[in-house]
Amino acid sequence: MARRFSQWGNDLYTGARSYDVVGKRRTFFLLALATILISVAILGIRGLNLGIEFRGGSQFTLTNVDTSDQTSAVDAVTSVSPSEVARVANVGTNALRVQTSELTDIEVQEVRQALADAYGVTADDVASSYVGPTWGQDVSTKAFTGIAVFLVLVMLVMSLYFRAWRSAAATILALFHDLIITLGVYALVGWEVSPATIIGLLTILAYSIYDTVVVFDKVRENTDNLNGQYLATYAERANLAVNQTMVRSINTSVVALLPVASILFIGAFLLGAGTLRDISLALFVGMGIGTYSSIFLATPIQVALREREPAIREHNEQVAAVREARATGADPSQVVGVSLTQGADEKNIVPGVRLANRAQPKKRKR
Amino acid sequence: MASTNTRGRAPWRPLITLLVILAAGAGALFAGVTTSSEAQWTPKLALDLEGGTQIILQAVTANNEAVSAEDISQAIAIIRQRVDSSGVAEAEITSQGGRNIVVALPGNPSEETLALVRESAQMQFRPVLYMGDPAPIEVETPADGETTNDTDDASDAQEPTADAQQDPAAESAEPVGGPLDELISDDAEAAEAENPSDLAQITRDVVEEFYALDCTSPDSLTGGGGVADPNAVLVTCSEEGDTKYILGPMEISGNDIAQASSGLKQLQGGAMTNDWIVNIAFNSQGTRDFETVTSRLSQLPEYEQWIYAPTSSAPNMFAIVLDNLVLSSPGVTEVFRTGEAFIEGTFTNESANKLANQLSFGALPLTFEVQSEETISATLGSEQLQKGILAGLIGLILVGVYSLVQYRVLGTLTIASLVIAAVATYLALALLSWVQGYRLSLAGVAGIIVAIGITADSFIVYFERIRDELREGRSLDGAIEVGWDRAKRTIIASDAVNFIAAVVLYFLAVGGVRGFAFTLGLTTLIDLIVVFFFTHPVLQLLARTRFFRNGHKLSGFNPESLGVDRPRYVGRGKVATAQSTPMFNDDGTRMTIAQRKAAQRSKEQTEQVSSQSTTRKDGE
Repeated sequence: MARRFSQWGNDLYTGARSYDVVGKRRTFFLLALATILISVAILGIRGLNLGIEFRGGSQFTLTNVDTSDQTSAVDAVTSVSPSEVARVANVGTNALRVQTSELTDIEVQEVRQALADAYGVTADDVASSYVGPTWGQDVSTKAFTGIAVFLVLVMLVMSLYFRAWRSAAATILALFHDLIITLGVYALVGWEVSPATIIGLLTILAYSIYDTVVVFDKVRENTDNLNGQYLATYAERANLAVNQTMVRSINTSVVALLPVASILFIGAFLLGAGTLRDISLALFVGMGIGTYSSIFLATPIQVALREREPAIREHNEQVAAVREARATGADPSQVVGVSLTQGADEKNIVPGVRLANRAQPKKRKR
Repeated sequence: MASTNTRGRAPWRPLITLLVILAAGAGALFAGVTTSSEAQWTPKLALDLEGGTQIILQAVTANNEAVSAEDISQAIAIIRQRVDSSGVAEAEITSQGGRNIVVALPGNPSEETLALVRESAQMQFRPVLYMGDPAPIEVETPADGETTNDTDDASDAQEPTADAQQDPAAESAEPVGGPLDELISDDAEAAEAENPSDLAQITRDVVEEFYALDCTSPDSLTGGGGVADPNAVLVTCSEEGDTKYILGPMEISGNDIAQASSGLKQLQGGAMTNDWIVNIAFNSQGTRDFETVTSRLSQLPEYEQWIYAPTSSAPNMFAIVLDNLVLSSPGVTEVFRTGEAFIEGTFTNESANKLANQLSFGALPLTFEVQSEETISATLGSEQLQKGILAGLIGLILVGVYSLVQYRVLGTLTIASLVIAAVATYLALALLSWVQGYRLSLAGVAGIIVAIGITADSFIVYFERIRDELREGRSLDGAIEVGWDRAKRTIIASDAVNFIAAVVLYFLAVGGVRGFAFTLGLTTLIDLIVVFFFTHPVLQLLARTRFFRNGHKLSGFNPESLGVDRPRYVGRGKVATAQSTPMFNDDGTRMTIAQRKAAQRSKEQTEQVSSQSTTRKDGE
């Protein structure tokens, strides 16, 4: 298996096998657009299940509980405040979390006692907390300010590094794609959005850009002396880069997703609601999509954007002209005004081997 | 090593450097643990893992004005003073994102301590307009249901005109029928108060609220949180619940108190009396304001006279209001011009001291609102931590297995690098929690687990580069050097992006995001160190072994499985050849598949001409 994988990697590297990602970019753009629309629709219809940190309210945490029975908790809350519908979640193997809307101090004490009685634990095992409705919003406002500042900085750094602002723009477009789809998945699954989810989203941000930088670095390397040759266009070179980094992308995403998957699995099945579970779902979805988008979306967007640059457009035309000339048998050197054969001849020289006739310019056969 | 290779000793240097760094870290930690009680072998845990209470206070300003860093640090100093005075050790009080203060109290702090932290409302000096018995006053025709509703007092105090807006029709009905009726100004809207003691400020709403307020109920004595509008009339209770008040707008804020202390009253001759007093010193602004206030109040009737005709004017008293409750309401008989004043009354040593403390500690530069208050049980956190570490370990093992499958023996280098990174992270966290007071939170743990993937990615980028170079036909030594040069750039660029993310988040975000950003940034740095000082030099060393140099099938660098098909110098004058296919364009770059196919076709053609070497047919 591994042998075949490595053979596949070789083929991708040498170009023996090549997936035309950049050439078929319309398809990928449409796919991205469709998934974004679906995500937005899901977000619109189902909405995000905002956690207590965003709604505000009182929260009780029971520890050392023997059963995972949730109805007694609901009953305990109703016994104090009849109109209250508590949200109960199992946390870990022997703890429960009960969330209500905001209660008065006296009610909080009563609910605490009622919960302790219902589960046969002491009142000390019931921790209560009050969460202001602005707390979560504050976290997210700050986080989004952070995102804005971060994006501006990344734009700057990447524009300097790649010496092309369009590459930076492509990265950021791909990033939004990742974030929106992750939010869509969140809305679909219906897990609570907590500050931990926000942290997860922030990591996706960092990871998505990280991954794109690696792919773009290869694109840049392949297109470094683009103007010194007339055999391949920018798009073709970029496509080769995508293919060449595909093995890396797969390995990286597997390695990055393995730990996250293990938290997600352990989190979802053993821990119940909590920081780790919330983070890991966001990460799992986001990192997967992040890897996908840096190959299938970021690079095509980058190519689409950069082909608007005059230098690259001109080069494209030249490549087309050279190809045209070759196909018709004309001398491509005339088209671009540079000798295309001279350098090649020098390279062709093999010690002890005469160049002979085949090195001479030939007439058209037709 | 008697090698002629000029790079001979190079790989050892970074390795030794890394070893020295790690040993220094461990040594420092060891020294710390043995000499200081602050340091310990494990990183300190944040509240969510250790248990305790965390209160997040948000600065509230009128009109959402900006909060200065100076104000926040002053507020932190005052809160710390309060908490320390209550005897709680290791309380962590930090500012967060410019507007918040996080007070983290380990363990199970007492209600009193919590109250000290929460009781951060602004102190206000207001003139007393009217005062009376604490019980609600029964009136004959309640204009609305407010008379029996005690729990809403606090919010009403903040918005005294809310009722009028809600139900103007009901308000303009008949008089309420209580002792204060003659105080109600007829045209409430137009009432222009001449000074803060003007009774014209008492509107129908204020009176109704005053009637309804029940200071005998404990609910009315919580202060209701938040801050009363300094420009509006305030209806509230005394701290003990024995009096209720109607107070004029704020005249002096607690910020203007420079100092407050308690002491025994000194007579003019210098002899001490046995009466406890509270001395207050104002700053320059406070001095001016206090002169204005006292010159007005000293003209008003003293309490003993006022009580006979309470509706004719306000008494000569001002109220010291903290957290919307009246701490003290001293009367003023003389004008204070120097900015130094004292309050005398029936104080004991303790009560005088308490008031002095409240005056000085209460003089927070800002007012705060409790944003969240959380009691975190340690059991819950420790279970999450255990499971988190378990998940991390499983993740690590899976990553290890995958790298072994992908990179064969080379996978062990990945695993070793990850182990080094783990050790470095652990040491860094333990040292930071000792030196900087860092505490590891659950979000931080998540950051570390995520970092496993990002760290491993650096190795993948590097190894893939080396393989690429091998495919180009380089020797392993050459492939490692060239591959490293290129991979280095990619790794630095992508880690830089990650690091920027971490730094930005750390400085701009709050709460768990911060802990996460911190570990993300730290592990990114450690990733760089490990790749530069461990992975690369070790690989250089490995490349010298016959196992790797000869490209053993299991080495991960087996040229055959990498499809090396160019003549390759393997050392000692030997050249490994393979069947050659054109892979390069005129300019030395690799071909795309289309070009390859074209080249293949042309090669087939030319093979008829010469079977010796390959060529292209550029001229055609």
